[in-house]
Formats: sequence, C-alpha cells, structure tokens
Amino acid sequence: MKELLLGNWAVARGLYEAGCRFVSSYPGTPSTEITERAADYAEIYAEWAPNEKVALEAALGASLAGARSFAAMKHVGLNVAADPLFTASYTGVNGGLVIAVADDPAMHSSQNEQDSRHYARAAKLPMLEPSDSSECLHFAKLAFELSERFDTPVILRTATRIAHAQSLVEPSPREEVELKPYEKNPEKYVMSPSNAVRRHEAVEKRTAALGEYSESSELNRGELRGREIGFVTSGACYEYVREAFPNASVFKIGIVHPLPVERIRAFSGKVGRLIVVEELDPFIETELRAAGVPVAGGKDLFGLLGELSPVKIQKALGEPVPEAKAFGEPIPPRPPVMCAGCPHRGLFRVLSKLKLTVLGDIGCYTLGSAAPLNAIDSVVCMGASVSMLHGFTKVRPDTAKRTVGVIGDSTFIHSGITGLIDIAYNRGVSTLIVLDNAITGMTGHQQNPTTGLTLKNEPSPAISIEKLCEASGIRSVRVVDPHDMQLMERTLKEELQRDEPSVIVSRRPCALLKCVPHKPPVRIDPEKCRGCAACMKLGCPALRFAGKRAAVDEAQCVGCGLCIQTCGFCAIGEVDQ
Amino acid sequence: MNTASVMIVGVGGQGTLLASKVLGAALLSLDYDVKVSEVHGMSQRGGSVVTYVRFGDEVHAPIVDLGGADYMLAFEPLEAARYIARLKPTGLLIVNTRDTPPMPVITGRMAYPEDVVGKLGARADVVAIDAMKLAKDAGSPKAVNMVLMGALAARMRIPASAWSDALEKQVPARFLELNRRAFELGNAY
Repeated sequence: MKELLLGNWAVARGLYEAGCRFVSSYPGTPSTEITERAADYAEIYAEWAPNEKVALEAALGASLAGARSFAAMKHVGLNVAADPLFTASYTGVNGGLVIAVADDPAMHSSQNEQDSRHYARAAKLPMLEPSDSSECLHFAKLAFELSERFDTPVILRTATRIAHAQSLVEPSPREEVELKPYEKNPEKYVMSPSNAVRRHEAVEKRTAALGEYSESSELNRGELRGREIGFVTSGACYEYVREAFPNASVFKIGIVHPLPVERIRAFSGKVGRLIVVEELDPFIETELRAAGVPVAGGKDLFGLLGELSPVKIQKALGEPVPEAKAFGEPIPPRPPVMCAGCPHRGLFRVLSKLKLTVLGDIGCYTLGSAAPLNAIDSVVCMGASVSMLHGFTKVRPDTAKRTVGVIGDSTFIHSGITGLIDIAYNRGVSTLIVLDNAITGMTGHQQNPTTGLTLKNEPSPAISIEKLCEASGIRSVRVVDPHDMQLMERTLKEELQRDEPSVIVSRRPCALLKCVPHKPPVRIDPEKCRGCAACMKLGCPALRFAGKRAAVDEAQCVGCGLCIQTCGFCAIGEVDQ
Repeated sequence: MNTASVMIVGVGGQGTLLASKVLGAALLSLDYDVKVSEVHGMSQRGGSVVTYVRFGDEVHAPIVDLGGADYMLAFEPLEAARYIARLKPTGLLIVNTRDTPPMPVITGRMAYPEDVVGKLGARADVVAIDAMKLAKDAGSPKAVNMVLMGALAARMRIPASAWSDALEKQVPARFLELNRRAFELGNAY
C-alpha cells in the first residue's frame, strides 16, 4: 500500500530495505529526519556522532568491516566531512557506503547556499539526485548496489524541496545483506603515498566505468514530447519543469555525476532549443558546454541565486504567468525569534546591555543577532565563535575584556572544543560562554554527548562540559543560570577582568523540552505600568505594546519571569496559584 | 482531476505542520496523488511558515507559486496578507482573526497594518473566524489548528469519514477527543 512519506523518511526506508546496518550522522536541516527515522528500525544501528567528519569515518569503518553503511548531513556538514570523503574515494568500500547530503537553496535554515554537486566532481564520486520521495527510496537502495559494484562511496544529493516534501511511496520488505568478509588489504586501505598513487589510478578507471554506466542507466532518461524546447534538468527542478511546460521534451538526470553527456548530446539533436534548468551553480550547463553540446539557455535565464519554481521558469522563458494580486501595503517581516521562555534570552539581554563584542555560532542562539537584542557580531560556521574569538583578541589584546564567544552545547562538542584548546594552549585570555540548554535545539531536539542519552534513547555517560574545559587547561569555569540576569552580569564582569582564559556555562534547559514545567502567564498591572518599554528590550514574542502599555500574550507566555526582572515599577508579577 | 492546491500559512509553533499532515492523510485515503512541502528548522522558531498541499491525478511540483492556490488557510491575518498573491483570484481564504505581532511590530519599528482581514476581503472570498475562541471552547488554545482545519474541511468536497480517519491517524490518542471537538466547532462555523 502506498504511503505519504517525507523525502527524508523515504531515504530511511530505502536504507532499511537495502539491508543497511550502520548509520552515523550529525543533525542538520534539511537532512535530520533521515537518521531519526532510521533509528526507528530495530535492524539498523543508528547514532548521532559528535560531528560529520566522525560520522563519515565511523560509517567508513563499518563499511570496511563489511556492513552496508550510511551517513547523512546538510551541505555545510559535508565541508566538515570533506577530509575523509576525498580519501574514501581512493580506498573504496567493502560493504556499500552511501552518503546523503541535503542542500538548502534559498537558505531556509542555513548560513550559505553552497552547491554540493561540486563535491562529486572534486572527490570523483558518483552522485544520484532524486526528484521525489519514491525516487529517494529507490535511489538510496540502488546507491548501495552501485557502491559495491563500482567499489566507491556513493553520494545521494537532495535539497529542501525533496527532503522536506512528502509524496507517495510504495514500500517493500527489507532484504537482509550478510556482512562481507573482512580481509586485511593495506594496498587498498592504507593510504600512504605509495599505495595512494596506485589507488588514484583505480579511481580514474572507476570514473570512466561510471561514465559508461551513466550513459546506459535508466536513472537518466529522455522524455520526448513537443520538440520545440528540450529541457535538461534534475531533482526538484524536474518537477517544476513538468509543471511549467507539461508538453515539452525533458531529459531527466538521475545521475548528476558523471553526467550522461553523449545521451544528452543525442537528445539535443531531437529538439529545437536545449535549456538547462538547475538551482544554484551551472554544474550541468558548464559540463555540457565544455563537451560542445549546444546549450541555448541556462544560468543566463535563471540566475545563480535561490530556489526556482514553475512560475520563475515560465517567466524566464517569456511565457505568460498566472494573475496574482498582492496585498498592496508594506507588510512587516516576521523573522524567527527566540521562543517565549528561551533560556538564551536572559544571557543575550545581559550581553546587549553590556555592549560586548560577541563572536557567535550556529544554533538557536544565532537569533541573538536580531533586533532588539542585536547582541552578535559574527556567525560563520560550527565552532567558529571560539577560534575567531581567539584570533580577534590576540591581535587586539585591549578588547579581550569586552569580547566573548557564545556557543551551544552540541556545537561546542562538534568543533568548539578544538578552538578552546587553541585558546588554552596558546595562552589566550578570552572568555567563552557555553550555552547548555540540555539538547540540540534548532534542528528539533536531538540528543548529543552532553545529554546522557543516545539517538535510540539509551542512557550513556554525559560529558561534563566543565570538566572538559578544565582538562583543556581552563582554570576558571563557572556555571550560571541565565534566568538570573543580575548574577549573569556580575559573573561576566568578573570573568572578563581575568588575565587568563575562562568559561561560563550558561545552563538552563530549552523551554520546549517536555520535562520543563511552564508557569501560568505573568500579569501586568496597567495601573503600575508607565510605558517605559524596558521589558520590550527582551525581544519576547509573548510581550507586546498596546495603547502605550505593555501587555502579555497569554497564549504564548510560559511564565518564565524574565520580564519581571526588567520592570523598575513592579508592574509585572506572577499570578497567585 | 486537475491538480488542486492548498496553502497553509502561519507563525512557527502554531501547529501548521500537524494540519498539513491531517489534510495529506485525508487526501491519500481518497486515492489522490498528493504532495506536501514543509519547511523545518529555523523558521519554525516563531517565523513566517508556509506549507503547501497539492492533490489530483498526477501532481508534479510540491510548491505553490503566484496565483496558484485554490485554498489558503491562514493561521494569522498578517501571514494571509504576506502570501495572498499566491491565491488564485477565484480562490478561497480562510483566516484566523487573532493577530500575532511579529518582532518588528513588538519593538515598535513597524506598525501592524490596520483592518487586514477587511482589506483581504477586497481581494478574495474570505471566511474570517476567531479560531482562538473556538479552540478555547473546545478545551485548549493549542487546538487553533484543528478549528481551522474543520473550517477548511467544510468547504472542500471531501467526505467526513476521510477527515475522521485522518485525525485518528495523525493525532496522538490522548489529544484525539480535544482535536475532534475543535475540528467539529470549526466545521460547523
């Protein structure tokens, strides 16, 4: 029976059906649900690794031991895993090894818009690109077969509109695949220069063989309809083209690397104009042009930025588009905000008040950069807050007493700890704040090495952030509840004065965790409120200003009481229970 | 049948995802081809969120573009205004009348436009509904999403049994009765 499945769930189903035994990933939107779903299958061992490099290396180890193995990550996660990726291309696999990477065109939840297809060419690996959930399942299964047949890791590339779109899927039963025998083979798996030289030869031969496979594979197919335009496209763009031009010919690419260039050349001879439709970079277009395939239009029509859509494609080709009536007045934007009761808010109010320079990081607390808190100076990538803090204060020692880094618990373990070791080892004097909210927040509540539970909810030893910092050489480590803003302010001032590095652990669990009790909404006494708007500086979505007085949105307020601390007129209080 | 499109717009945390799951399950039980597109991650933190649900004999794109939606279910008036250009001129808007000011309004940097629901009425067929009040009547302000789903269900040609089964499938058992009551109140509105 057909099921309506998220692309990510369909990939997980594909892993299950393909007999995959081992999954290791780090959460990252829009890839997270693959691994969460895979963990629901008892037959699959699934884990959250501390970061994507570890995840891919763990999966490579499982493959070496003979198991069908898998790692999932978002596009920027593949940067972290790039080191093992490039050399795993040389070693090849024993059990099949598949890596899913989810791009985020339009940056719904990302810090850049990179196009991961370049990794396939750079690391000389085959890359499959599904267009809907059904293909997510089938391509994931096929990826394991290709991996074992061609002795290569295989990349499965999705994007937000595939990973987070639901469509119909016909599941099949799992086929158990026995562990392949493990035999010591240093020529293949010890990548010392003398061995790697020979493996590089094998990689180039494999790429040629994969090119031949791509030319004959049914994952790539020409669909002949009207001959005036022939589109060449893949992934979500295939669905957009079918919607926008249902009567046009389409060459649908399922293997985006190596491309079936000769078949596309033959297709181009059957149509009038060959138009390449792809999001982000001209990956397909550049390769076709280099091979002398006559491309009539591509990035010159669609641009390099963001997502495409059926209407954008129609517009770019000068076709009429549906009638649309806009609201006709400026509409205030609605950027994401820290939730009511968020433990990060108290800390960021203090950072904002003290006007510190704040090197930020990736997570919910990135939202501390938005008005009215405006508390963050930089956000780049996972872990960068710590290492950038070090570089910043080394060249401007005078700023060390008014500059901090902020990083979440999971991000700290991912790649913040190495930056802290840099600070301690190289005699820095920086103050780092680790925001421990007891969960990986932004990606939707995943366990991590500091929470004491695994992906499968089994108890495990929780890393002590304090002890980890101390063991790295940080002598002053203090733990503060960010809801006590006075104490946080005092602690920060003291730690910033030190002539040695220090860490403040800002500890309070995420307000969305089920174990966190909520209080009744606070009450504002309209007689006492003077309309000074001091409470509005918190940027709490449960507070609003109506008729020159503060008011509480009872549907959102969780009674955290931060606003009570901000009011100089005692106008805000808890409701008597 | 030709592909029909529903947009569900609102504020992250209002329960738009569950609403789209219920709608998707109801359509699936009627043997339609169905596609649903969601956005997770950062925008779920109180940002503007959009879910697309499309169904018919064969659905291609999982998203809805300008002038493409037959129905728009808006959990908040400003979000209806933001996306109204994606509703067909002949489309139907069902909008919750309770406003949730976004941060630029909370901080006083921008004003919430006046009489948003009235102005939307000049652009589309509008059903305006105080879903918060009905949700509280049903037992919880959190059931706003099911009140609105009920109101949409009354205006789509989908048998009641399909909705009932979809609710049972998608809603956790301990919240089922509450959500059924909310759905019924919206359905009768």
